[in-house]
Amino acid sequence: MKQKTDVLQGTLALMVLKTLAVLGPLHGYGIARRIEQISGDLLAVNQGTLYPVLLKLEQEGAIASDWGASENNRRARFYRLTREGRKQLQIETQGWEQTAAIIGRFFAVKAEDLS
Amino acid sequence: MRSLRRFLTRLFNSATRRAQEERLREEIEEHIALQTEENLCGGLSSVEARRQAMLKFGGVEAMKQDYRAERGLQLIESLLQDLRLALRLLRKSPGFTAVAVVTLAMAIGANAVVFGVMDALILRPLNAPQADSLYGTEYGVDTGFQSYPNYVDLRDRNRSFDDLAAFTFAFVGLDTGDNPSRAAGFATTGNYFDVLGIQPYLGRFFHSSDEHGRNSAPYLVLSYAYWHSHFQDDRGAVGRVVRLNKHPFTIIGVAPPEFRGTLSFVSVDFFMPIVNQEQVNGENLLDDRGNTHAVFETVGHLKLGVTPAQAVADLNAVGAYLEKTYPKEFAQKSSSLARAGLTSFGRAVRAFMAGLMLLAGLILLAACTNLGSLFAARAADRSREVALRLALGASRTRILRQLLTEAVLISLAGGTVGLMGSIVLLRQMSMWQPFPGAPIHVPLNPDARIYGVALVLALVSGFLFGIVPVRQVLRTDPYQIVKAGSTGRVGRQITLRELLLGVQIAICAVLVTSSTVAVRGLARSLHGNYGFETRNAMLTFTNLAMAGYTGDEVLAMQKRMIDAMETIPGVERVGLVNQYPPLIYAAGSRVNIFKEETRDRRPSNIASMPYRFDVSPEYFDAAGTGLLSGRTFSWHDDKSAPAVAVANREFAGTLFGSVPDAIGRYFALQDGTRVQIVGVVEDGKYLSLTEDQQPAIFLASLQLPSSQSSCLVVRSHRDPQQLTAAIRSKMRELDAGLPVDISTWNTMLDVVLFPSRVATVSLGVLGAMGAMLSITSIFGMAAYSVSKRLKELGIRMALGAQRKEVLQAALGRAFKLLAFGSGAGLLLGILASRVLAFIVYSASPRDPLVLAAVVLAMLLLGLLATWIPARRALSIDPMMLLREE
Repeated sequence: MKQKTDVLQGTLALMVLKTLAVLGPLHGYGIARRIEQISGDLLAVNQGTLYPVLLKLEQEGAIASDWGASENNRRARFYRLTREGRKQLQIETQGWEQTAAIIGRFFAVKAEDLS
Repeated sequence: MRSLRRFLTRLFNSATRRAQEERLREEIEEHIALQTEENLCGGLSSVEARRQAMLKFGGVEAMKQDYRAERGLQLIESLLQDLRLALRLLRKSPGFTAVAVVTLAMAIGANAVVFGVMDALILRPLNAPQADSLYGTEYGVDTGFQSYPNYVDLRDRNRSFDDLAAFTFAFVGLDTGDNPSRAAGFATTGNYFDVLGIQPYLGRFFHSSDEHGRNSAPYLVLSYAYWHSHFQDDRGAVGRVVRLNKHPFTIIGVAPPEFRGTLSFVSVDFFMPIVNQEQVNGENLLDDRGNTHAVFETVGHLKLGVTPAQAVADLNAVGAYLEKTYPKEFAQKSSSLARAGLTSFGRAVRAFMAGLMLLAGLILLAACTNLGSLFAARAADRSREVALRLALGASRTRILRQLLTEAVLISLAGGTVGLMGSIVLLRQMSMWQPFPGAPIHVPLNPDARIYGVALVLALVSGFLFGIVPVRQVLRTDPYQIVKAGSTGRVGRQITLRELLLGVQIAICAVLVTSSTVAVRGLARSLHGNYGFETRNAMLTFTNLAMAGYTGDEVLAMQKRMIDAMETIPGVERVGLVNQYPPLIYAAGSRVNIFKEETRDRRPSNIASMPYRFDVSPEYFDAAGTGLLSGRTFSWHDDKSAPAVAVANREFAGTLFGSVPDAIGRYFALQDGTRVQIVGVVEDGKYLSLTEDQQPAIFLASLQLPSSQSSCLVVRSHRDPQQLTAAIRSKMRELDAGLPVDISTWNTMLDVVLFPSRVATVSLGVLGAMGAMLSITSIFGMAAYSVSKRLKELGIRMALGAQRKEVLQAALGRAFKLLAFGSGAGLLLGILASRVLAFIVYSASPRDPLVLAAVVLAMLLLGLLATWIPARRALSIDPMMLLREE
C-alpha cells in the first residue's frame, strides 16, 4: 500500500516537473488537467493527491509558487519551475530513462536468450 | 542537503500552521471551482457539476491529512495536538485528574523515597576508590568483632587481602580549649587510610609508620563535617593541639568531604590511631586476645583474582591456626566476608529494604490497576466519541496514541508531584539523627539516579494503565456503537478489572492489618515489663576518663556522684551501672561463666554466656528490678569481701535448676574467680525487646576493677526537664570539666525501639496509601457501575423496586469484592504479622482489637467509597431518565 503511493508520488512528481518545464507557470488545476490529458486515468479519480506532491516539491525547492490571477480572473496559486527544479528534472529524466530502458530490456528477454 | 532544507521548512511550517491551512483551503476551492466550470461547459446541471468535481478531486480530509503530513513534522505536530486535547479533557474532569495525579504521586513518591534510602544504604558503594573489592571480615556468624591480637595475626597471616585495616568506635570528650563536648569517632589502625586509598583534604593522615606501640601516636584526623561545624573551616586548625579525654592530641589533617568512615549509616567526627585507644578507653585492649570487642571490623581490598570464597577459606585457615595456638582465648567460628559499609547489619538491612521496596512496588502496581480501571471506564464512556472518530477516518493507532498521551501526561504530573514530595522527605530524613549521642546518620542526597527512577516509574506506570483500555478501543465497531448508542454490557463474567480490584483490596487489607499489628505492638512495648521500670527514671552518662580520673579516684568520684544525686529534692533512689544499663544501644556485653568445678576453662567448656552488668548496691531499687529471693548488694560487698553476684531467674534456672537452689551456690569467671550467688532477681530484656529470654548476671561494681564509663540511674517523679537541670548543676559543682549526657530511660529506649518504629511508620504510611487507593478504586468501580446501569436502575425503580434492591443491584458487586478482598487480605496480613513479630515487640495478630480495627477500617473504607455512588443510585428519577433516552 505504502509502496504503491511512493511510486505514484515519484512518478507524479516527475510529471509535475515536466509539465511545468513544458508549459511554464501553471496553477494546480492546470497541472492536474494536463497530467490527466497525457496520462489518462492516473489522476482521473484523485486529483487531490496532487497537492501533497506539489507541497513536497516546493519544500525541496524544485518549484516555487505565488498568488496570481487565473485566465478568468480568479485568485489562484501559480507554480513555476526553479533553477534547481530544472536540474532535478534533468537528473530524474535521465535516471528514469535509464531505469525504463533496463526494465524494457528485461521484459524483452526470452527464456531461450539466456541459455 | 535537500532533506535538511525540507526539515527546516517543515519546522517553520509547524509554527505557521494556520496560514498554511488557509492557503490549502483556498487552493482546493479554486481547483473545484475550475473543474465545476468546465463540467458546466460540458452541459451538466450546476449541482451535478459540483458533485462530479468533488468526486474527481477525491477525499478532501484524507488528502488534507497527507498534505499536513507532508508539510509539517507530523509526529511532533500530532503529539502537540494530542497534548492539547488531553489537557482539555483533563481540565474538563478536574476530580478525575486530581484523584489520578494524587494517587500516582503517592505511589511514585513512596517508591522514590524507598529507593533513595536503599540507594544510600545498599546500592551506593562506600566513598572510597575501588569500593567493589572492599570487604569486611566477620568471625562467627554475624559480627565483625574480634580482638586486636587476632586482627594482627589475621593481617599478617592471610594471603587474600592486599592489606587489612581495622577500626572500632571511640566516644570521647573533645576539648578544644574552652568547652569539652562529646564526640564520636573511629579508632583505626595506622594503615586505615592507606588501605582505603583516601587522600587528605587538608594536612596529612597517619600511617603504619606512625605506630610505635601503646599511646605512641597522639594524632587526630577530623572529618570534614566536624571541621566545618566545630572549626568553621579554619585551615589553621591543622597543627593545633586538642584534648581527648584530657590527653593532648595534635590535629594533623582533615578527611575529604565525601568520606565519612567505613560504615554507611554512621558519620564520625574524627579518626584517631587505635594504638592510642587506651587513653580514651582507659583500658588497654591491644594485648588482650580474649577481649573480642577491641576491633569493630576489619576491612581490606581482596587481592586481584582472589574470589570471596577463596578468601573465606583462607580466613578459616587462619582461624584454625589461632584456635590451635591459643586454645584458651580463641574459639574458631566460621568466617565470612561482607561488603564493607553495612557489615553484619547488611543482611537485615537488605531484607528490610527489599521488603519495603516490594511493598512500595505493590502500592505502585495497585495504583496502576486502579488508574487502569478508571481509564477503561473513561474510554468506555467515550466509546461514542471514539466510534465517531473511527467512522470519520481516524486510524486506531492515532486514537490509541491519544489515549496514551493522556495517560502519560497524568503519570508525568503524578511523577513530578511525587518526586518533589519525596525530595522534601529525603532531605528531612537526611538531617535526622535518630539517636542522641550516637553518630548514626544516613546522608540521603536526592540525585539524578532518584530522578531517573521516578521518571522511569512514571512513564512505565503511565503506559501500564494507559494500555488497559487498548483492547476495548481495538474492538470498537463504530457502526454498531453509533447505531445502538452506549449500552452498558452488564457482564456476568468476572472481568480482569474486577480481579485486579480484588487483589488490590487484599493488598490494602494486608497493609492495614500489619500496620495495626505494628502500632499495637509498639504501643504495648512502651508499657511492657522489661524487668525494670523505665518510667520516672533518668539516666546520667559520664565517662570519668574524659576528665582524667584513674584508679581509685574513679570509685571515690562515683560514690560522690551518687551522694550528690541523692541530695536533689524529689529524687527517690540512685543507682549506678558500669558502661550502660540494659536496653541501651551499647548494652549487653556477655561474660563467660564456668561451672565451679571446671578446671580447664577453654571456650568449649563454657557453661553459660549471660549478659553481664556491674552495678552499685542501690541499682536494683533505682532500676525497679524486683528481687525474687536472697539479697542484693550492700556497700560492704567490696574488694575485701568474698565475690558475690545476683542472677536473674533464667540464669539461676539453667545453671542450678531452680531459684531457691541457686542461692548460695558458686560459679567461676574466666580468670578463675569463684563467685557466690546471693540473690535472684526477675527476668528482663537486655539487648533488644524481641530477644528470647536471656540469662543475665549482675556483679558488684565495688568488687571489680573500676570502670570510668558509667551511668547513674536516678529515680524520681519530678518533671524530667527540671530534674535534668538539677542533675546538670550538681554535676558541674562536682567537676565542671566532665561532659555529662542526661536523658530519660524511655527516650533511650527509642534506640531499641528504632526498628519497630521504622517498621511501624513505614507500614502505617504504606497502609494509609493502600487505604486511599482502595477508596478511589472502589469509588471508581461503584460510580462507573451506577452510571452504566442508570437506565436499568431507572426501569427497575419504575417497576417498583425498593431502595434496598436498587442499592443491591448497583453496589452489590463492589461490596462483594470488598468483602472477599478484605477477607483474603486479613488472612494474609495475619500470616505476614508472624514475620513482623521479629521486629516489633509483642506484635500479635491474634489480638481481637487488631481484628476489630481492621474489619472496621475496611468497612469504613467501603462506606466512604460507595457513599456518593449510592446517593446517586438512590436519587434516580425514573421518569427523567426514561424521557432522556
